[in-house]
Order: sequence, then C-alpha cells, then structure tokens
Amino acid sequence: MNKKVSTKVIVNKAWCKGCGICVAFCPTNVLEIKDGKVEIVNPEACTRCGLCELRCPDFAIYLGGEEDEK
Amino acid sequence: MASNLVEKYYRMDKLPHIWCAGCTHGTSMNAVVRAIDKLGYNQDEVCIVSGIGCSSRATGYMDFNTLHTTHGRALAFATGIKMANPKLKVIVITGDGDATAIGGNHFIHACRRNIDITTIVFNNNIYGMTGGQYSPTTPTSSLGTTAPYGNIDPVFNICNVAAAAGATYVARGTAYHTQALINSIVKGLENKGFSVIEAVSDCPTYFGRRNKIGDAVEMMKRLKELSVNVKAAEKLPPEKLEGKIIIGEIKNETRPEYTDEYQNLIDRLKEEEK
Repeated sequence: MNKKVSTKVIVNKAWCKGCGICVAFCPTNVLEIKDGKVEIVNPEACTRCGLCELRCPDFAIYLGGEEDEK
Repeated sequence: MASNLVEKYYRMDKLPHIWCAGCTHGTSMNAVVRAIDKLGYNQDEVCIVSGIGCSSRATGYMDFNTLHTTHGRALAFATGIKMANPKLKVIVITGDGDATAIGGNHFIHACRRNIDITTIVFNNNIYGMTGGQYSPTTPTSSLGTTAPYGNIDPVFNICNVAAAAGATYVARGTAYHTQALINSIVKGLENKGFSVIEAVSDCPTYFGRRNKIGDAVEMMKRLKELSVNVKAAEKLPPEKLEGKIIIGEIKNETRPEYTDEYQNLIDRLKEEEK
C-alpha cells in the first residue's frame, strides 16, 4: 500500500508584508488579504501547486507538514 | 516558523528580511537558494559575495560563506576568493547599479576573463536603497528622483553587455517566471566559466510608485506581460520587441576558464624550471 504523504499550505503571518502576490497568482483563489496579512480562505480548493511559496518574497507562505497533522 | 528549505539555508535570526513589501528581491534570493539546493552543494563549499545596494543585502540573510563588500566591487573580491581557492563555488549577488554603473569595469573584465563565478544581477531598474535615483537600466523616459522630467539615457542591456564582453553562460529570468529563473541559475552554476543571470525584479516603492505602474501585483503582472521567450523573440521584428523583456538562455558556450589557465601557467613554469 502506498503511504500517502501530503502537504498543506501554511502561513507565517509574522513575516507576511501583505503584498498580495500570492493572492493574485494563486490559480484556485485559496488566499485573501485580510487586515494587511494573507489568510487561507478556501483551503479545499488548494491543489498544492506551490506557486505561492515559489513567488512569496518574504517566505511567509509554504507547503509543509502532513495533511492530518493538527 | 518556516519551510525546511528556509530553515536550512538562511540565518533564521536575521529573518524576516527588511526589503519592502512586494519587492521581489526575496523571490530572486530564494531562486538562488533553490538552485543551490537542486545541485546539492554543501553550504561550506559555497561562497556568496555581494556589493552594495538593496540586492546586496542578500548575503546577510543567506547561511553560507558570505562577504558583503564595497559598492561595485563584489566581483573584484569574488575574483580574489576564486583565485585563492578555486574549489569554492563562488556566487555574486549584485544589482543593476552595483554591477553595471559603479562596478561596470569589474563586470566587463570578469566576463572577459571567463573566471568560474556565477553572477546573479537583481535588476530592479532603479537605485532603491538610496532613494530611487535612475540607474543604467532605468528605461528611457521613466521617472526617477534624479530624473524628475524623465530619464534621457539609453539603457544598458545587461545580458548583451555580458555576452559581448565574453561571459560564457548568459540568461535572463524574472521574479514572475520563478521556476525558469531557478533553472537558469542551475545552468549558470553548472557552467565552468563566467555566468551571468539577470533576474528582473520589481521595486514597487521607488520605480513602481514614481512611474505610476501600481503596486507589487501590478508590477508582477507587467513582468508577465512584457516577457517574451528568446526563441519566440527570434521570430519577431525589432519593433515588436521594443520595451519587452527577452527571457531565457541568451548565450551558452565553452571557452578556457581563468583559474584553469592560471594553473596551467604555474604547471608550465614548474616544468620549465626542472
């Protein structure tokens, strides 16, 4: 049986400067800027493409951890 | 709290960095780190050298052997490091002003020597750190604090300058096309010789605001819209390429490398002395 290890998108609000680059280029509209910081508003839509992590200039959003980890 | 990549390759006590919101120097710096990670280099075998300017702050954040040097002279220091220890992977992070104005002479002669150094030029078209003065890559007629009525200078095309001066690997990428930029940096690092990768970046604070381009998102969209792949550009007439950013591999060739040539000279003289 294949062990399925999946990741989820994680936000480090302390490092987010609210530039909105991740929000604008997320292909499935998972993110929004709220009170000057990025927020995950639609986690079900996330395809874990990692474009947010790739473009975030502040390393404030990334794919990490396991799906069922709380 | 950060990704494994960031925790491995950055000095965590120095983060978050102080670049402005939406400045894509962070994206470009991370592209350098991802390229190094892809190649599996040991951090102790890498030396990253920078000059002065917004771009050059990168060496303060990156957990490698690093050297933050004087304005325009990163390549002079890097040349010394490479000559003293040719086994080190020497990388220079510089900006458009640092590399092509203050350090213009060092830049063309490093290209000419074909010394095995990979230079990544974070080109944001402006002097950000000192308040938005126009640089050699500020587009003609754009505004800067020292060009309040529009810049009348023609621009330097960094890649063409590098290619003409003798760099053996030359490529251009943008912060928007991050994956392609990483791939170009990988190829530059693999090239045994002088590699120049121009990473087109955004300065929303000085260039974007003064030229009324908009915020970081608008500037990123602009990078996307203005970019033309080098292969597509070959088929287009020059008038259609005006103001465009040509991305991709501009030059890739092989030529004798400087530290090798120096070693050959030492070997030859030793042989003659026998």
